[in-house]
Amino acid sequence: MRKKTLKNGLKMLALSVFTGVSVLASPSLAADSIKVAVVSFLTGPAAGPFGVPGRNGAELVIDAINEGAMPAPYGSAGFGGLKLEAIFADESGGNAKQVAEYRNLVEKQGVDAVLGYISSGSCLSIAPVAEELKTLTVMSVCGTPRLFEDSDWKYTFRTQAHAVGDSVAAALYIRDQLDDVKSYNGINQNYAWGQDSWKFFDIAMQKLIPGTTASDNPQFPQIFSGQYGTEISTLLLEDSDLIHSSFWDGDIEAFVLQASVRGFFQKKRFISVAGASAVDNLGKRFPEGTVIGTRGEFGILVRDREGELNEWFINAYRERYGVYPLESSYQYAQSVLALKAAMDKASADNGAAPDTDQIISAMTGLDFTSLAGDVSFALGKGHQAIHAVGYGITAWDDEKDKPTVTNVKIYPAHCILPPAGQLSEDWLAAGMPGSDC
Amino acid sequence: MIRSALSDATIRWTIAGFLVLALVGTLFPNWILNNTMFGLAYGLAVLGLLLLWRTGLVSFGHALYFGMGAYAVALLERYTGATDIVMRLGAAMTVAGGTGFVLGFVLRHYRGIFFAMLSMAFSMVLYGVLVKTEALGSTDGFSVSQTTILGWQPQSKYPLFLAIVGLCVIATTGVQLYLHSALGHLTTSVRDNEIRVEYLGYSVATAIHVKYVISAALAGVAGGVMAMALGQVDPDSMVNWTVSGELVFITIMAGPGSVVAPFIGAITFEFLRTFAFELAPHAWQLIVGGTLLGIIFFMPEGLWSLTRLISRKREKVR
Repeated sequence: MRKKTLKNGLKMLALSVFTGVSVLASPSLAADSIKVAVVSFLTGPAAGPFGVPGRNGAELVIDAINEGAMPAPYGSAGFGGLKLEAIFADESGGNAKQVAEYRNLVEKQGVDAVLGYISSGSCLSIAPVAEELKTLTVMSVCGTPRLFEDSDWKYTFRTQAHAVGDSVAAALYIRDQLDDVKSYNGINQNYAWGQDSWKFFDIAMQKLIPGTTASDNPQFPQIFSGQYGTEISTLLLEDSDLIHSSFWDGDIEAFVLQASVRGFFQKKRFISVAGASAVDNLGKRFPEGTVIGTRGEFGILVRDREGELNEWFINAYRERYGVYPLESSYQYAQSVLALKAAMDKASADNGAAPDTDQIISAMTGLDFTSLAGDVSFALGKGHQAIHAVGYGITAWDDEKDKPTVTNVKIYPAHCILPPAGQLSEDWLAAGMPGSDC
Repeated sequence: MIRSALSDATIRWTIAGFLVLALVGTLFPNWILNNTMFGLAYGLAVLGLLLLWRTGLVSFGHALYFGMGAYAVALLERYTGATDIVMRLGAAMTVAGGTGFVLGFVLRHYRGIFFAMLSMAFSMVLYGVLVKTEALGSTDGFSVSQTTILGWQPQSKYPLFLAIVGLCVIATTGVQLYLHSALGHLTTSVRDNEIRVEYLGYSVATAIHVKYVISAALAGVAGGVMAMALGQVDPDSMVNWTVSGELVFITIMAGPGSVVAPFIGAITFEFLRTFAFELAPHAWQLIVGGTLLGIIFFMPEGLWSLTRLISRKREKVR
């Protein structure tokens, strides 16, 4: 890998004259480091709530591991003894742009692995290219189960449990905590994540709370559209008790602000699968009494949880960036920890600095500890992680003058996700056998 | 035919230039090869816009044909499994050219801002349909598998690159020959004075229609090439109005001076974007936009005016 980088660098210099652009040769790697690209939204509506907190979470944990400053079990310095050199890239601009940039990251900048990706669209389009370029790619946030259920990938892993877990946990939480739900509707973005989230939520509701009725007019606005006037009117005009939404990024903030002024949250119960970033960003303008999830044991749900790793992360993050870590900070940090755990294991098994194939075989099926919970690569032939998912209800903490959550309930992975080898839709249709929560 | 084509100095230089590119391409690492292919794809679409621009028309909707070409390649594979380069490009060109032919009947009656906006409206119709239809991939789009060349699956990118360079040679030669035909000579005359052209006995509407279909077909092929080079299609990077804007951006950047200018402009744009993206991941759009401003201020005839600057200097030395 290192040799390739050097060769590319030389060719690059030679050819820069022809292409008419001056090139700063990428610094050749020291023998004791690996180069990893961290991709997240750095521009656009997803940057503030997801991209930048995610990038920061990764940066914090990478720096701490390089210095050996993490608490146990990640106290050893380096990734399998190697220093990780991170470069940060932007996820904006559409899937085709991301594919082009992925090729640049691998073939031009010579990265050894790529970590990140928030949008399900990015993940679905990157996985085939990762395969073609034979580059280890650890996906951090995206949620569509199609990633590993439609295909098998060798080079792609995902440290985030997929959308079925979020949807089933949502239905379980509604069953356990809200007792007045007779009918429900949803507002979700019209792409893989939004479509999947609504579909799974609907099936899980029908199985878990028989007798509830779904609206025949679920809303699917386009992602990043930012204006929801007509959708809010439609939802207000019909009589569903509960509205489900898998909005994330700036869309959830825009929706909440536009819906609040119309008294939406006084008339409807609202469950937000992945909108916890808005609770922190909007502060008092976020309605109390909303069911909120963080797609795992992340962010605001575990802000007061004890535990050495979690407390270290929250304190170090606040010290460095001045704010609390959000959901995506945890998700990106989780991907870095997976890489650390796999590389430590690979170097213990193989002695020297592990190569890509050795890291992959160490990561396949791996169990590792995340900041506030355990994760294992149990699905997708050992490439798709599973972990617990929690929900809570938003409230305002007058004493500390900050938002908080009450009634937090965490559902273990086996209750909300299909067992290995079974497709999500089959498992849901069969009534979720094995789920005993 | 071939002899008369070769008697044209521009064609000779163009062919020589592309030959050099093909040869130097053997030395390119993959990332340069990729970015050059993306540049050539954009260049093909811009070549079509150049034809319209010389007639005094700016289309803000050629992403319609670019996207159609790209989606033709992706959908052809999805529903028939065909991955051959000839079938892919044939499909891309037919779909885009055919649509251009039909829409041309409407658009040929409009000029200026009305032409620009109407073409944009048509492109946004396709965008809306793609984004809202799950069967067409919605906002996610499709992956496109690697291209086969007459049943042969190349192990590297170079054969595809070579095929694309060949395609560019055919396209530029064709457009140059067209510009020197009777119909082609009408290009600037239509821009300067439509009524006189009508008095000479030519139909302005037909002249514009022909140009429009050629530009649509070129944009379709360009989209097909992009899909093959990239391995992915999606509405935001291929059909949205921002793509039409990018194509106009490159047209202005390149300048209307020559049929080679679009390729120089597009390749420069592609590398500019790549480096801006790498150097300033938080603010790369600023670098790209700033460059266009600089070019408009200091090189109103586009990048192509640089070549004129060089030849003028040479004459002075003589």
